[in-house]
Amino acid sequence: MSDLLRSSALWYLVRGSGIVALILLTAVVALGVATTTRWQAPGLHRFVTAALHRSVALLAVTFLSIHVLTSVVDSYVSIRVVDAFVPFIGSVKPVALGLGAVAFDLVVALVLTSLLRARLGFEAWRAVHWLAYLAWPVALLHGLTMGRDAGASWNVIVVVACVLTVGAALVWRLQAAKTTVVQGVA
Amino acid sequence: MSERLRVNPIACDGSGLCAELLPEMIRLDEWGYPVVDAESVPPEHEANARRAVSACPKLALFLQRAG
Amino acid sequence: MSANTATLTAAPEFPRLLGRFDPLGTFPRGRRARGELIDAVAASGLTGRGGAGFPTAIKLRAVAESGRRAVVVANGVEGEPPSAKDRFLLAQNPDLVLEGALAAAAAVGARDVILTVAAGAEYVRVRTEAAIEARRGTAQARFHLVTAPDRFVAGEESALVQLLNGGPAKPTFVPPRPFERGVDGRPTLVQNVETLANIGLIARHGPEWFRELGTVAEPGTVLVTVSGAVRKPGVHEVELGTPLRHLLCGDVPSPVAAVLVAGYFGSWVGARALDLPLSEAGLRPAGARLGARALVVLGADTCGLVETARVLDYLADESAGQCGPCKFGLRAMADAALSLASREAQPWVVDRLRILAGLVEGRGACAHPDGAAGLLRSALTLFGDEVDLHLRGHCSAAAA
Repeated sequence: MSDLLRSSALWYLVRGSGIVALILLTAVVALGVATTTRWQAPGLHRFVTAALHRSVALLAVTFLSIHVLTSVVDSYVSIRVVDAFVPFIGSVKPVALGLGAVAFDLVVALVLTSLLRARLGFEAWRAVHWLAYLAWPVALLHGLTMGRDAGASWNVIVVVACVLTVGAALVWRLQAAKTTVVQGVA
Repeated sequence: MSERLRVNPIACDGSGLCAELLPEMIRLDEWGYPVVDAESVPPEHEANARRAVSACPKLALFLQRAG
Repeated sequence: MSANTATLTAAPEFPRLLGRFDPLGTFPRGRRARGELIDAVAASGLTGRGGAGFPTAIKLRAVAESGRRAVVVANGVEGEPPSAKDRFLLAQNPDLVLEGALAAAAAVGARDVILTVAAGAEYVRVRTEAAIEARRGTAQARFHLVTAPDRFVAGEESALVQLLNGGPAKPTFVPPRPFERGVDGRPTLVQNVETLANIGLIARHGPEWFRELGTVAEPGTVLVTVSGAVRKPGVHEVELGTPLRHLLCGDVPSPVAAVLVAGYFGSWVGARALDLPLSEAGLRPAGARLGARALVVLGADTCGLVETARVLDYLADESAGQCGPCKFGLRAMADAALSLASREAQPWVVDRLRILAGLVEGRGACAHPDGAAGLLRSALTLFGDEVDLHLRGHCSAAAA
């Protein structure tokens, strides 16, 4: 395979895994809100919703890792390993890239604290988990400002669908807070 | 090693996931709070007991060494 | 056999806790002296006077053996409305309580004594503050005075520790226990003020003197609050083993129908139980405990079910609201009891009450739901006839 083709393939992988990660993160937020508001899916036990939230989160981390890895490996743009974790020090599109680093850091923190929840204790875990509401918009902004084909129609459709989903989840979450269904989880 | 299931009643907020995962030993009262069988967890329920403990959103359910 | 006690003489009172007292002030703090003091308390057979009745020497030893700098908390909060003995003791004889606290502090290796009183008892706070001031500079320990909110659960041991650690005055569930890590993470001795006063007396007079009054199994004197259908409600100091009758006699305007023993977490006993001695062993046959020794006398013109429902309603309101079964269960119990008391209940209300009592017991972080359930059970037992009357729309007290 020629260099141009290889880097093309990598570039598609970077973008593809990024979009899939965003879609999965959207699903994670929606499932998280469903879990915490004790939404009962018809015919499903509620522990399934909670378990799905966790599984999809782990899947999102997988695709996010592929996204980060391929973006570093891809030689078409010079993104160093450190740029994936430390925001705004990159040479190419520092702000847009930095947003990605922030989102990645937040997701790593969310997942690590959740895996170690029993050891951390509930209060510490919950304090970090609120950052989920920050991680998603930062990830979205990164996606919007980073890509070159942000205007492509299918891209728009995906982004709009994700925004609408999270928007609806937020409305649902705020509604639940008013009726005090939720007691102290994110 | 025999263990008993116990609830921290202050942390518990009645989400009921534990009763879904281990209905043989945990039932919910009329307000949605768990009534836990105080006996040691028999071997056939050990796996689900651990699942129930990790599923609790408030970390209110725990296993305590019995005896 | 109606218990007309108007003609009997009152119980002899022993002004040990409530009598005049000259402060000793200093206690030997060496290791051997500490051990001797605790041994003296052990030999005296003193048990906690706050309601739980735990052997005091065991508590002292547990804190002393931690090896770290400890804290003494003198619990004078007394969140229970029918009980006034702690406030009375602190207002009458604060010096004796301080003395006992100093002795306990010497015994467990503490340099800080925190006295706690309820916010509403202003006169107690003033008297205690004055007594503390008088000792400033000469006392072996630093005294602190903290007010707790006027809530029923505020006097509970773990609630007090949480309050002193900067949190709300609500019971906690998570270990460690206060004697291991309490206030500021230090081993904490929480004792009722009456217990501390007794420690002070034992340190002065010795265990044999302490055992001169009371029974062999339950030695010493106790403070008892008597209220309800009595002419002069008040606090009495009597020796353990005194028949209940003697605590009420001369004071009762009408025949006694029942007495609530041990306060709101107690049990009702009937007129026949008035001959029983005031002690754990003595009250056991009647299914009652000493508890906080707050006796509420029910005259024949008052309905026991109405009183019980009123208390359950209060206890439901006073739930800390931290645990679902207590928060919801006690309210359901109170509402059912109120409907029975007001003669508007359905026949199945008794079954419902029994189920609720079983449902709340042991499912709270503290003993609040258990106390309420116990009170309800004793009411259903003692006032069984009254229950039948109410279910048929009548009430024996209303007819009177």
